[in-house]
Amino acid sequence: MTTNIRYKSRFMKSEESEDKQYVGFATLPNQVHRKSVKKGFDFTLMVAGESGLGKSTLVNSLFLTDLYKDRKLLNAEERINQTVEITKHTVDIEEKGVKLKLTIVDTPGFGDAVNNNECWKPITDYIDQQFEQYFRDESGLNRKNILDNRVHCCLYFIPPFGHGLRPVDVEFMKALHEKVNIVPLISKADCLTPNEVKKLKDRVRDEIEHFGIKVYQFPECDSDEEEEFKQMDKELKECTPFAVIGSNTVVEARGQRVRGRLYPWGIVEVENQSHCDFVKLRNMLIRSHMHDLKDVTCDVHYENYRAHCIQEMTSKLAQDNRTDSPLPILPLPTPDVETERLIKMKDEELKRMQEMLEKMQQQMHEKDQ
Amino acid sequence: GLFQDKNARPLALSGHVGFDSLPDQLVNKSTSQGFCFNILCIGETGIGKSTLMDTLFNTNFENFESSHFEPKVKLRAQTYDLQESNVRLKLTVVNTVGFGDQMNKQESYQHIVDYIDTQFESYLQEELKIKRSLHNYHDSRIHACLYFIAPSGHSLKSLDLVTMKKLDSKVNIIPVIAKADTISKSELHKFKIKIMSELVSNGVQIYQFPIDDETVAKINTAMNGHLPFAVVGSTEEVSIGNKMVKARQYPWGVVQVENENHCDFVKLREMLICVNMEDLREQTHTRHYELYRRCKLEEMGFRDTDPECKPVSLQQTYEEKRQEFVGELQRREEEMRQTFVQRVKEKEAELKDAERELQGKFEQLKRMHAEEKSKLEEKRRSLEEEMSVFSKRKAATELLQAQFFGAQKKKKKKSSS
Repeated sequence: MTTNIRYKSRFMKSEESEDKQYVGFATLPNQVHRKSVKKGFDFTLMVAGESGLGKSTLVNSLFLTDLYKDRKLLNAEERINQTVEITKHTVDIEEKGVKLKLTIVDTPGFGDAVNNNECWKPITDYIDQQFEQYFRDESGLNRKNILDNRVHCCLYFIPPFGHGLRPVDVEFMKALHEKVNIVPLISKADCLTPNEVKKLKDRVRDEIEHFGIKVYQFPECDSDEEEEFKQMDKELKECTPFAVIGSNTVVEARGQRVRGRLYPWGIVEVENQSHCDFVKLRNMLIRSHMHDLKDVTCDVHYENYRAHCIQEMTSKLAQDNRTDSPLPILPLPTPDVETERLIKMKDEELKRMQEMLEKMQQQMHEKDQ
Repeated sequence: GLFQDKNARPLALSGHVGFDSLPDQLVNKSTSQGFCFNILCIGETGIGKSTLMDTLFNTNFENFESSHFEPKVKLRAQTYDLQESNVRLKLTVVNTVGFGDQMNKQESYQHIVDYIDTQFESYLQEELKIKRSLHNYHDSRIHACLYFIAPSGHSLKSLDLVTMKKLDSKVNIIPVIAKADTISKSELHKFKIKIMSELVSNGVQIYQFPIDDETVAKINTAMNGHLPFAVVGSTEEVSIGNKMVKARQYPWGVVQVENENHCDFVKLREMLICVNMEDLREQTHTRHYELYRRCKLEEMGFRDTDPECKPVSLQQTYEEKRQEFVGELQRREEEMRQTFVQRVKEKEAELKDAERELQGKFEQLKRMHAEEKSKLEEKRRSLEEEMSVFSKRKAATELLQAQFFGAQKKKKKKSSS
């Protein structure tokens, strides 16, 4: 009795609950919030694209940190026959009490060699390995400490220097679109005037559709969301693929210190929405859709992998069963023409004899009657 | 050079003779003939080759937007007649199509090398003709190759290195950094140093602006230090102050193509067109073409001196070669004839063997057939015996049965009555 009153006084806010019978599960969202803050979050982001497109700079700009302090870049000569590597950087970052374990998966060497046939293979193998590891852990007996290393999102960097997608872009995205959420980006967008950006975006969107590439789709807004939110969501969707600029340096612009790039003819501000879509990308990736990206990875890509795995296992089992049967089916030697003829003759003789026997039987039967 | 002959003594003139007009005479002649210049532009699709050409020559060449999905690298050549003051220029611009787009780029350089060699070959053929008209010949040899480096800010791409290495002994390579308005000043400085050091450490010989001529030595030396030129191209004009200038308008500022503080376009134009165009043509002819010619003729077996170090004339060598060729032809014919005869013999033997084998099989089958037949006859006879035995028994049984039933009927008749 006392407990009820206590809860009532703390959480009764809306007028509705004063009239209705109050139960108390309206607090669930708060409970979820509280528990999740305690547990902490994890997120695995993959960045892929040729070297020199600003991937590391963008990652640094997104997470306001410097993940690539000691990296060594290869020379052109070393890259002629380079194979693709997979490198991981994991950092723990915290903001307003919310902890995030962020893993960035890099793909150095992608698209850099002279012969890039199947250069995405190490990447698809890596993603499958993470799925496999999770699958095994999930199916195991002790599931207390499952580490989720699955890739939740892959930012793919498209160079702004061309007219649209190139064969390597198409092949990469097609190899990965059913394994990971692909978010294509137009990199180094400060080389494009606003008209050129629009033209390139339209072109890339058309080509993505034309080649049947399934990139990450923002979930539809609920119909009861606020108008402002719906408008923002619409703008976001029409803006893809995002044209981004990153920067490791802080410059002084319009009296403020901002992340930007200093040119003789002006200053590009990374967070200025009229300069590039960086803010949109950050909002989408971190502020609004991070959890949806994880959900789609778990509910769609991982489930597809799991179903596919199980199907393969069961079909293999069926095949094995057949070969281990107790009566081995030996292949009969195919008889040659001569023997076949003899067999035919004998068959015919047998038939004739049977007919004669039947006739005789009938005769006997008639005689009986 | 011309003036190092010790036997000729310098002569002092006591008045004005007038041969100082010789350069003017030469200029007049070449002006009336018109000049010819061929540029090859190598770079990824969309990197700005056509736009830069338009900007350099202040005109609008026919441009096609290429697709990224070309299966192989192609070259597209277009020739234009330009005129400035009273100077006529026949300009040929050759662009790569689809360069850098394929998944496997191992063969990309080959088409370019082949193209350059083909132009050299045409010239060589003309030179070797009996009746030739070199002064009328439209020289299609590539005088300058602009190699467009993508502005990654890190270093050259592997494809760039491989391609330039294959071309540096065939053409004057002038590397440029394309779309340079995406690189900041400090990044550009580091990028240029990295590119040049990679070229040097891999032994790639790019074109150096000549410093042997005093009048241009100073500017050329300075420009050599600015390589590779970071360029921006644009045919669109923006008004700055009260002038219309070629520029690119961004939300954050306007990049002016001809502003030396913004990019090296002016330097490129100066070096390529204003100062060194003639040197580029000369180098192509005296260095790259001569190398090609020498290699080609050596391949064909020509030598300047025979094994005993005596000079050999072209005609001698040619006649020797011809004899060699005819001899080789006859030998090959003889070889073929012999091979043919041999093959016919072999085939005949094979066929005979096959015939014998077939005959043997036939005999065997006949024998088997006869055996089977006799066996079957045996069986038939035994079967007939059995059948007759069976019939006899049947007859006996029937008789017994008839008797039995007869007896039964009698019994029935007796019991019913």
